[in-house]
Amino acid sequence: MAIEDDVLVIGGGLAGIAAAVGAHEQGARVRLVSHKQSTMRQASGLIDLLGYTPNGDGPVVDPFEAIEELPEGHPYERAGLDAVRAAMDMFDDATGEMYAGSHTDKNALVPTHGGAIKPTARYPDSAAPGIASAHGDTLFVGFDSMIEFDAPVAADHLAATGVPYETDGATIEFPGNLRDDAKVTRFAHLLDRDDEVAVDGTTMPVRTALAERVKEHIDGHDRVGFPAVLGDDNAAEVRAELADKLGASVFEVPMGPPSLPGLRLEDRLYEYLHEIGVRVSTGNPIVDVEQANGEIDRVVGDHTGREVPYKAQQYILATGGLVGKGIDSDREGVYEPVFDCHVPHPADRYDWFEDGAFDDHEFARFGVPVDTELRPLDADNVPEFENLRAAGSVLGGYDFPSEKSGSGVSLATGYAAGELAGDRV
Amino acid sequence: MESSTGVLVIGGGSTGTGIARDLAMRGVDVTLVEKGNLTHGTTGRMHGLLHSGGRYAVSDQESAKECIIENRVLRDIASHCVEMTGGLFVQRPQDSDEYFQKKLEGCRECDIPAEVLSPEEAREVEPYLAEDIERAIKVPDGAIDPFRLCVANAVSTENHGGRIETHAPVTDVLLEDGEVVGVEVTHESGPGKRVHGKEGQKEKIYADHVVNAAGAWTGRIGDMAGVDIEVRPSKGVMTVMNARQVDTVINRCKPKGDADIIVPHETAAILGTTDEEVEDPEDYAEEQWEVDLMIEELKELVPILDESRTLRSFWGVRPLYEPPDTGTEDATDITRQFFLLDHEDRDDLTGMTTIVGGKFTTYRMMAEQLSDHVCERLGIDAECRTAEVPLPGSENTEVLDDAMDRFGLRSPIARRSKQRLGSRAEEVLDVDGPNPVVCQCEGVTRAELEDAIDQSGTDLNAVRLRTRASMGNCQGGFCSRAMADLLHPEYEEAIAREAYDELFQERWKGERHALWGEQLSQAMLNYALHATTLNADADPARLGQDVDFAAFDGGEFDSVERTERGADAVATDGGHDGN
Repeated sequence: MAIEDDVLVIGGGLAGIAAAVGAHEQGARVRLVSHKQSTMRQASGLIDLLGYTPNGDGPVVDPFEAIEELPEGHPYERAGLDAVRAAMDMFDDATGEMYAGSHTDKNALVPTHGGAIKPTARYPDSAAPGIASAHGDTLFVGFDSMIEFDAPVAADHLAATGVPYETDGATIEFPGNLRDDAKVTRFAHLLDRDDEVAVDGTTMPVRTALAERVKEHIDGHDRVGFPAVLGDDNAAEVRAELADKLGASVFEVPMGPPSLPGLRLEDRLYEYLHEIGVRVSTGNPIVDVEQANGEIDRVVGDHTGREVPYKAQQYILATGGLVGKGIDSDREGVYEPVFDCHVPHPADRYDWFEDGAFDDHEFARFGVPVDTELRPLDADNVPEFENLRAAGSVLGGYDFPSEKSGSGVSLATGYAAGELAGDRV
Repeated sequence: MESSTGVLVIGGGSTGTGIARDLAMRGVDVTLVEKGNLTHGTTGRMHGLLHSGGRYAVSDQESAKECIIENRVLRDIASHCVEMTGGLFVQRPQDSDEYFQKKLEGCRECDIPAEVLSPEEAREVEPYLAEDIERAIKVPDGAIDPFRLCVANAVSTENHGGRIETHAPVTDVLLEDGEVVGVEVTHESGPGKRVHGKEGQKEKIYADHVVNAAGAWTGRIGDMAGVDIEVRPSKGVMTVMNARQVDTVINRCKPKGDADIIVPHETAAILGTTDEEVEDPEDYAEEQWEVDLMIEELKELVPILDESRTLRSFWGVRPLYEPPDTGTEDATDITRQFFLLDHEDRDDLTGMTTIVGGKFTTYRMMAEQLSDHVCERLGIDAECRTAEVPLPGSENTEVLDDAMDRFGLRSPIARRSKQRLGSRAEEVLDVDGPNPVVCQCEGVTRAELEDAIDQSGTDLNAVRLRTRASMGNCQGGFCSRAMADLLHPEYEEAIAREAYDELFQERWKGERHALWGEQLSQAMLNYALHATTLNADADPARLGQDVDFAAFDGGEFDSVERTERGADAVATDGGHDGN
């Protein structure tokens, strides 16, 4: 006996979640299975749609306009502009007040934790007061035990991008004796609970102590940016209290992994799946696939050594790209490990990359090609399976780091694949 | 700009720094100039094998004897750079018994301790050896960190009053009346301690004697002096594995061949090598077949290498010397001995001596002989002391075990830091405030990086070589930017940014040769973190691009604020501060 659903989504990142929502909205009974932690904790938590065109023009002001110009084969072209808009609406509904940016089609420019600016379409409310394309003298504050964010460097770098306002940076000691290599969640939980900490021979709540230390540097700045550790469960409250005490708006600068904004988004979206009634199984890889008449009949998951079959009418592959191991490789070639879908790639491994770190690498575009119904295509451009669709980073034909299009493609192709699959059952 | 010195040494590799230290310890006023950072040439691009001499015990017993003598000396004077792993010469079924016997006898003739191990005994030492090996010879091979060794030699030189000048390529050899009287260097690259003169400034350094220890580049220096030195550069690949599949140096017990050695090194294992003559020591092909050959051949000895994660590959160029009229056709037949070319005797050109060829393990002996020669030429009567006096960092490592707790260093980071720093640990790690780990892969703390920056300035590759930061699994993906941040505020942000770019690109260069499986996944993650999260590839500050900030989303309430503040408050032309 297999576990039976209408639509089975394989992969638990942004694309898989969007696919599950899309299929669910078509009235299908949906299950999402995922193996490892998604790569969302490695992402900044920003939702980039398109910041630069494939030929490098940008930063793009209106990503929707630019998406219309994309060449055939790009995942956005495959899904279509309507799907992009629908997916963003879905995202805005699902995240509610947690994300900003939906009031305009334009990209915002946000400061990165290195101090560069980056175009993005949606940003966490925690980052909203800090966007670089909004006016306001900005103070960055970093902690001396945290190497991920050097506030004075970031402030000087932001100034070098030409922002039309003042930027400054200060490094302070975080109140309370955190060990040198404390994890970001440790900072967040201290602030969430507003624990008492020892400071200069007395004790006081950590938010108060932190505000006291920042006050010395505030010097009339309109807004104060911290590394993204300002609370987890009570993040909005932490920011509000700090803002009140400092008399300035308070925001977080998105950082690299492990990323609290990424984790918060993941939590929110899984909560949303739960609210709408999508079934979720995590921690189990798909290890076998059974097919019949050119269709996937069922797949087999490995539950710590026990094989569990899953059966559905429609399947969606959203296992990620090279980073998430949805696309894998060895010295001989590049492959898609679950369904063994065709992954075009040059035969010579030395044609996979270019000489400079940021050159136009072929490997960045590795992934499965799809038709306009998002079905993976074999080497002869024939759908691999009638009832299989693919979404997100497992798709080929686009370079998300250079385009800054990763989360947008995942949402748009995921949602579109979900709708198409849901519509077929 | 002009200066003068007693002896001017060209080349900051093991030979050059060894010579500089030797002469400085004899009281000679010495200046060393190096075109890149220390170890820029061959020394920084070797496997880090401390030879027992076993490798040469059949083919070249003279070299073998020198190796075992120097092996013992370096264990003594450079203990913080050496790991005595031991080595095995492993015989496979197709390798001849006759050669095995010759190797064993050769070792004994050269005073190299050698012991025959049965296959079971060999696998007890190294469990991942192939099932079908016949037997092995155990010898005292070891691993040595060439970077730390060169730095220690340079520091010792400075401690004895010498001058070390990196990033100062020789742009001319100064000749007066048919005599070499010094060199001209051009100080190049970024600001900071990398440059003692002004950037781009030429400096004439006059010297009583010039020593050409430029390795693969000795011929170029010879050209500037008008003498012919026939160096035949030969490239070899080394492939870095992400873990130590073996803890012992593994050699294949057969006559010379490609891909026949594995050297465990810190957290990694290094596979080597090939031997291919090249035209230009700075510009040669780095080819896929060479990388594949390492894995294909060496998996015969250690099968798990086939599935192991490769981090990167790098190539080194051997400065093989061809004495005139030898006419060796095959570069692999050129001798590995070193030669001391006194240009007065050889070319009727006084004032310069070239040292070329040789092996890393015997660098100190080479330095001693060269220094003896130079001292004789200059009429200096002083004894060589480099075989007895420990290098900085190796004087007294025992006291450190107790001292580590005081610096709040956590194991295994404490152990690693102590190994890297040797007897300097206390002075380096004694800092106020927190000392977080910056490079997680290699366990390198901020204090160590700041110490290395004090030594080498804004050149993060020099910092990397001193600390191993950015040399682990992620190849700088997680730490390169944080390393650069440490340059600020001493250096301005734009310099930190350039230093980060340079390091990130350097890490990429070697990683390109390991792009499949885990490391391709890592490369994509690094690319995503740096291009997506940091937007380093399209950063307007880097590109010198003007951005029209007002054209972008100004936030939900920004339109109101803009109206209230009036048009003046916002830069509409994308210019800096609206000007």
